[in-house]
Amino acid sequence: MFERPKTLFAVAVALSFAVSKFSGGVNPYYYDIILSIGINIILAVSLNLVNGHTGQFSLGHAGFMAAGAYTAAAFTTFVPPHHIATTLFFLLALFAGGLAAALAGLAVGVPSLRLKGDYLAIVTLGFGQIIVVILQNIDAVGASRGFSVASGYTNFFWTYFFAALTVYVIVHLVDSTYGRGFLAVRDDEIAADAMGINTTKYKVVAFTLGAFFAGIAGGLYAHFKQFISPDGFDFFKSVDIVVMVILGGMGNTAGVIFAAVLLTILPEWLRTVSGCTFLPHWLRDVAQNRMILYSLLLIVLMLTRPQGLFGDARLFRRTPKFKKP
Amino acid sequence: MNPLLEIRDCTVRFGGLKAVSELNFAVGEGELAGLIGPNGAGKTTVFNLITGVYRPTSGDIRFAGKSVVGRRPYRITARGIARTFQNIRLFASLTVFENVRAAFIMHLSHGIFHALWRGPGFAREEARIDAQVMELLEIFHLGEARDALCKSLPYGDQRRLEIVRALATRPKLLLLDEPAAGMNPTEKQELMRLIRFTQEKFNIAVLLVEHDMRVVMGTCHRIAVLDYGVKIAEGAPDEIRKNPKVIEAYLGQEEPAHA
Repeated sequence: MFERPKTLFAVAVALSFAVSKFSGGVNPYYYDIILSIGINIILAVSLNLVNGHTGQFSLGHAGFMAAGAYTAAAFTTFVPPHHIATTLFFLLALFAGGLAAALAGLAVGVPSLRLKGDYLAIVTLGFGQIIVVILQNIDAVGASRGFSVASGYTNFFWTYFFAALTVYVIVHLVDSTYGRGFLAVRDDEIAADAMGINTTKYKVVAFTLGAFFAGIAGGLYAHFKQFISPDGFDFFKSVDIVVMVILGGMGNTAGVIFAAVLLTILPEWLRTVSGCTFLPHWLRDVAQNRMILYSLLLIVLMLTRPQGLFGDARLFRRTPKFKKP
Repeated sequence: MNPLLEIRDCTVRFGGLKAVSELNFAVGEGELAGLIGPNGAGKTTVFNLITGVYRPTSGDIRFAGKSVVGRRPYRITARGIARTFQNIRLFASLTVFENVRAAFIMHLSHGIFHALWRGPGFAREEARIDAQVMELLEIFHLGEARDALCKSLPYGDQRRLEIVRALATRPKLLLLDEPAAGMNPTEKQELMRLIRFTQEKFNIAVLLVEHDMRVVMGTCHRIAVLDYGVKIAEGAPDEIRKNPKVIEAYLGQEEPAHA
């Protein structure tokens, strides 16, 4: 499927550029959903590197997103832009956000990645809470009142450019001999260690890179909503992303992308259904309670398909073909 | 000449328990050595000492002239010691091919950026690894199964795959932890052939931990016997077979005549 990765990436970028040229007339409500989908794809695919491919259960992805969102927003708010082009300025801000999140990832990852399973989950959970509390107490970025971002730089093109970049980087990183290390760490850390694989390094790389893309997603989010508040990056946001990864199938990039799209659209779709006057009353009542329905749906999916919608199907995994002499 | 692996006066305590007591043992280059003993004699502990999972309470372990005490397991593997596990530890979600490919990571010259950029150098190295993995698999008759999930293989093949994976790290010393566990007599015969073949083909030293006497006697040049963490005998298979201490450790003391 990915015989020519660079070509495919170029096509994805060209496509998002072409579509962005026609996005002017789109209903703002739909535009909002479409951009949310793109940002959620970045978040879910990057978390999938940590939770899916490398098998480390992180519950702090929203924390890294927050670090990126606030850094990028502070960058465009406090740094005077006069000498550089707007686009470059925005990209610098996003990069600063990604870097801040990656540093946070490194700072949390190095000491805590010797922990396994539930323990790591608790540490990352705690980290997420710490970020929220810190942000609530920094007055320069609005503390708990929230932070208004003046510039709405985020558009269709940049959102999907970074979504494509995230997918490209993570798929191709994992799909190489180097990348087998992530899967080896997930499957059996002791055996990986005995095969000469530096398991700590792999975990730190996954954690830092995952955090970097979460930071980029945060920067995009900040310049898209133009208002961010610490509460928006709490534990529940992390859980939302984890659910996308689990639903899509741990370690299955295509599945996770699909889950990100589905879980962004589903609540909105239920909202639409509950507003349809021609539908019978009971159906609208059911849809009205969309959060309950949404939760029920997740429970049913997990009961019937615990491996995720697509399980470990190797849609994005290719084994190089051996040429027979 | 110095031996390849040398264990000098090694002691391991777990709290009050002395799991291994002042063990002295050496494996020479290209030698097929065995470590045997009844259950709980400390054989696997010795393995974990050599591979860096445990640290000796006192004593020294030298490999190719350098101490490996306190080194992380992956670094010890990089020095040239590879191992298999008593309870098979393959990478369960990977195919046969990918299991072996993962063991090539240690020798990679490329890293993250090559994997992302995928230039000609990356393609060449991946093609070379691909060929080497297949060569190894073919030697051990696993070429046909390359795309099968490793957990779908029969038990004997899984054992063999674990050996192949360990060989992919290009060791000077291969440690086999109870490879005959859970095998029937035919599989054991096959395994003995496999061990001898591996040792000759790759010209490496092999240290075998086993409590199946027949397998050890049939393969090893030299055998050490552990009982309660103490080495009670060492020598050629024939000497070990006749050693009264070994017989006592395995079968218990002969009952004295009725009083």
